[in-house]
Amino acid sequence: MSEFISYTLIGIFTGAAYAIAASGLVLTYSTTRVFNIAHGAVGMFFAFVYWDFSQKQGMPAWLALIVVLLLVAPAFGVFVQRVLVRDLGNAPVGVSLVVTVGILIGLIGAATQIWPAAGRQVPQFFDGHLIKIGSDVVITWHEVITVVLSAVVAFALFVLLTRTRIGTAMRASVDNPDLLRLYGGRPQLVAALAWAVGTSLAALAGILLTPVIGLQYYDLTLLVISAYAAAMLGKLTSLPMTYVGAMALGLAQSYVVGYLQYIPFGNDITGLPAVIPTVFLVVVLVLLPQAPLRIGQVKGLVSAPVPSFGKAGIWGGSLVLLSMLLAFGLADSDLLLVGTAATYGIVMLSLVLLTGYGGHVSLAQFTFAGVGAVAYSRFDQPNLIGLLLATLVAAAVGAIVAIPVLRLTGLYLALATLGFAQLMDKLVFQTSIAYNIGNPLSAERLSILGLKFSGTGEYTVLMTVFLVLIAVAVIAVRRGRLGRMLVAARDSQAACGTLGLDLRWMRIGLFAASAGIAGLGGALYAGLRGTTVSADFMYFQSLLLLAMAVIWGVTSVTGAVLGGIFMMYLPVAQSDHPSIAGLLFVLLGVGAVIVGRDPNGLANKLFGFNAWVMDRLYPMLAERYPGMALLARGEGSALPASGSVLDVEDPAESAQEEVERDVAVAR
Amino acid sequence: MSLLRVDDVVVQFGGVTAVNHASFEVEPGTVTGLIGPNGAGKTTCFNVITGLQAPTSGRVLLDGHDITKAPVHRRARRGIGRTFQRLEAFGSLTVWDNVRTALDIHDGFRGLFKSVDGSADQEVEQLLERVGISEYADERADSVPTGVARLLELARALACDPRLLLLDEPSSGLDEVETVAFGRLLVELAGEGRTVLMVEHDMDLVMTVCEVIHVLDFGSIIAQGSPAQIRVDPVVQRAYLGFTDQTAGGAHAATASDIDDTKVLAP
Amino acid sequence: MSGVPILEVIDLHAAYGRIEVLRGVNLRVPKGAVVALLGPNGAGKSTLLKVISGQMEQTSGDIHMAGVHVTGAKPDDLAQLGLTTIPEGRSVFPNLTVEENLLLMSYAGVSADQVFETAYAYFPRLHERRYQLAGTLSGGEQQMLALARALTSDPALLLLDELSMGLAPLIVEELYDTVGRIAATGVSILVVEQFAQTALKIADHAAVMTGGRVVATGEPNEIEAIMADIVLGGAA
Repeated sequence: MSEFISYTLIGIFTGAAYAIAASGLVLTYSTTRVFNIAHGAVGMFFAFVYWDFSQKQGMPAWLALIVVLLLVAPAFGVFVQRVLVRDLGNAPVGVSLVVTVGILIGLIGAATQIWPAAGRQVPQFFDGHLIKIGSDVVITWHEVITVVLSAVVAFALFVLLTRTRIGTAMRASVDNPDLLRLYGGRPQLVAALAWAVGTSLAALAGILLTPVIGLQYYDLTLLVISAYAAAMLGKLTSLPMTYVGAMALGLAQSYVVGYLQYIPFGNDITGLPAVIPTVFLVVVLVLLPQAPLRIGQVKGLVSAPVPSFGKAGIWGGSLVLLSMLLAFGLADSDLLLVGTAATYGIVMLSLVLLTGYGGHVSLAQFTFAGVGAVAYSRFDQPNLIGLLLATLVAAAVGAIVAIPVLRLTGLYLALATLGFAQLMDKLVFQTSIAYNIGNPLSAERLSILGLKFSGTGEYTVLMTVFLVLIAVAVIAVRRGRLGRMLVAARDSQAACGTLGLDLRWMRIGLFAASAGIAGLGGALYAGLRGTTVSADFMYFQSLLLLAMAVIWGVTSVTGAVLGGIFMMYLPVAQSDHPSIAGLLFVLLGVGAVIVGRDPNGLANKLFGFNAWVMDRLYPMLAERYPGMALLARGEGSALPASGSVLDVEDPAESAQEEVERDVAVAR
Repeated sequence: MSLLRVDDVVVQFGGVTAVNHASFEVEPGTVTGLIGPNGAGKTTCFNVITGLQAPTSGRVLLDGHDITKAPVHRRARRGIGRTFQRLEAFGSLTVWDNVRTALDIHDGFRGLFKSVDGSADQEVEQLLERVGISEYADERADSVPTGVARLLELARALACDPRLLLLDEPSSGLDEVETVAFGRLLVELAGEGRTVLMVEHDMDLVMTVCEVIHVLDFGSIIAQGSPAQIRVDPVVQRAYLGFTDQTAGGAHAATASDIDDTKVLAP
Repeated sequence: MSGVPILEVIDLHAAYGRIEVLRGVNLRVPKGAVVALLGPNGAGKSTLLKVISGQMEQTSGDIHMAGVHVTGAKPDDLAQLGLTTIPEGRSVFPNLTVEENLLLMSYAGVSADQVFETAYAYFPRLHERRYQLAGTLSGGEQQMLALARALTSDPALLLLDELSMGLAPLIVEELYDTVGRIAATGVSILVVEQFAQTALKIADHAAVMTGGRVVATGEPNEIEAIMADIVLGGAA
């Protein structure tokens, strides 16, 4: 019995911390409609700041807490709202997700840059002070303080939201910011305040949980899933329900930790407690009533132009030739990098299909790649059959993921995929099914029809061929019936439904195809490397992939290839220059924040530049220096080789704004 | 037997009742009008019929079959097509691709053969020609004028060969000449045996092409009858204008001439 | 009447994307006058109000308020300058109580206590329901609450959009009595309406819009004579 009481008390403590984090998330989301996926990363970052102030610089704990919670964190929140996510509330969900993913990556980068990995301890508040209840139930002052603070937060939010004008305006702007403006209120001010408070609450939750979770970059960042799971119970708007959700979640997690040993096979799934928030989340999402299809907005996305097969073939062929040249010229260690770039390119192509064309954001592409790699290693069939099986397993997993989240769109879907990534990591990748905690899995290189590609050079060329084939396939899909349907379903689900398209199968198929491509990439990668480890497919990789894909252009195959190269180069650059490793993440994050508003990315800019060179610069030069004209043309057509792999048919229409019309002229 | 029967449908959003025990029937092969003042619940009715909105209570019957619970795409397969008041064209696709996509969705696997022998392309061209927007074929759907986008939605719906066609304010955005042509097209469609149910604010159009008109106000049917009956119905006049006495008469000039208003308003 | 009109709209064009909804609107509201703006659905009336209130940008043309060029001003700035806009639909916050709605009305520059006092004096029914969520009020009561903003903010110019939408005629009459009382205090009002007659009763001038232009203006009785033709079709 006393055991049960102990677990309950621990559960209440965890729940209280989750409640604080979750209420911050609700506050920011409901006032600005921007879901901050970096909410946990904010908590992580400020836990480090608090450690720095209190431990490294020796500030008294209470002073450090006040400085962080009332000064630094709110200032950061206002900065994020004013500068980084401003006016994203009405943008497509994908855009605000990418921008906040950029913030997440930037914060992790900043944390690793400022505080390189080392053993750090954040002591509990009033460390060592205990309260004994009965004979053997013990709680710490830290836990008591956490619960008290969460009650204080609840009360303060209640007063703010119901007893003050600005708080009332916050709730009003949830319903209708435009109307608030007509009243003379300033939604921007309200939003800034909400972000200041929300950020401060994330920081507080991070600081309170650190003594338990540890001062870790990645684990604390996943606090967002717990907060999100709790907040979902209140549909991201109701604070009381959010508190209920947080408490339920905290208790569930505590009981699972406590009683795991009694569950059959409990020792095999020691990762279970960590994924309780995800399981909780999925249950809440599946049980929530179905949201009706949104009607009433014509949204056309201006995408990067789609190349013709001829051009795609030429550039694809050139790419294969280039890889052959490299295979002769480069050392094996460098060839491994080329192969890795091809892998990332393939995984990124899976995102082009899913996100660029289909409009669904996934934060689990590397998990699918991991499934492919594990399946390929486990089947131990280093031939096309093994590759096909690995692809099919990944595709099946993709379809299975799509089914429970079928009714979800945009934000919910993206977060469900993040939860899924963590679930797979803890319950599959870390267990004996796959990597058994830290063990590597070995895989052999592929042979095709008895021809074995054992040399790294040959294998790299083979991977490049696969990359090109998949790229051409993706282009073929986009140009054909399916591609049109994909884009149509992205533009208007309601219209597709009323034309007779079963959107559920469409979505399942799309996820399966995308996961299959990623799985194929993972399988090839396993063969390339010979061994893989679970860290290769960590959730953070998927976030990097999304940021990279968006920066280089998630709507074009060229963007995917360029993104793949830079995704490969990132860790290389980091190990070459360890002193700025974190800074490179920050740079990437900043890039995602800046470019995130245009999903066509840099690749599309290249197309635009190419068109500009051909249409403006050369005619001008040709006019001025008639003798140069021929030469210039020749150079011009060679120019894209430096940047763009697959050229485009008509780059003229590649404007970057999203055309969004409210065509209700009648209104 | 009527093709469509809306039976005692109620739709509530929170505390607001958008449709309040509405019942009406649509006879096959007719052009039927569904009119009513702003906020009367017409579009919500359309959403209930097509399955985009579940009714709080009541039933929808197509050909005597209860389809109240059927999902959106299955109703489309049963022959219900629609256009939207707030446009739902596929903005990133060209006008041509919009119609082609609809055709592909409708044809399913059969469509693969059609694209081989080119008959799908022909069908798209015919449809665009029929609604009169062939010249816009290669433009993106989010860059064409509203009128064209509405006709595009009609062509797209026709690609699925619907028995029952629901048109939500199809003429807004069309000029007078286009509206007349559009009215002729509607009558033609009915002549082919298709049934048209239309929400429309252009009363001239409604009065000319509709055989039967249902008038919706506060979510309930307040009147039904022929155009001639509806026009003089005092209940309808009250719903629309807030008054019943027939003061109307004379001055038709208003719609035609563009008077410099500042002169009139300034004393 | 002397002096500068409180509102002058000159050759105003506005568009949603590439679709032009206002095609050169000219309109004038003299100081202290009530102008009724009528016309069928889709004529562009609501869009015109959106542009005037700063919620939407015009593509060309000018807006002057009391002689001041206000093109490009933000809605919250205009609100604090004395423009009160009651948009179409229920322009209240449904998830806030009546009293909280009133509290927000104090953003227009009047103290909260004064807002409560005025609102409850005009509409005792709101006082009875002050702790009720606005979304649970009847349609008529919600419009009373919306009108309370017009009463308490002491506007120089009041824009009213489809006050009658979805309301029973009797309630509409009642609301327009209140509008008439507001007008009597000297507030200039531009009222957009479908219920032509109700609006015309309190109007000094009327204008009719179709197809994104003002096509007729005149005295209320002149306009009333032609409204049935425009709205229900003139074929009879």
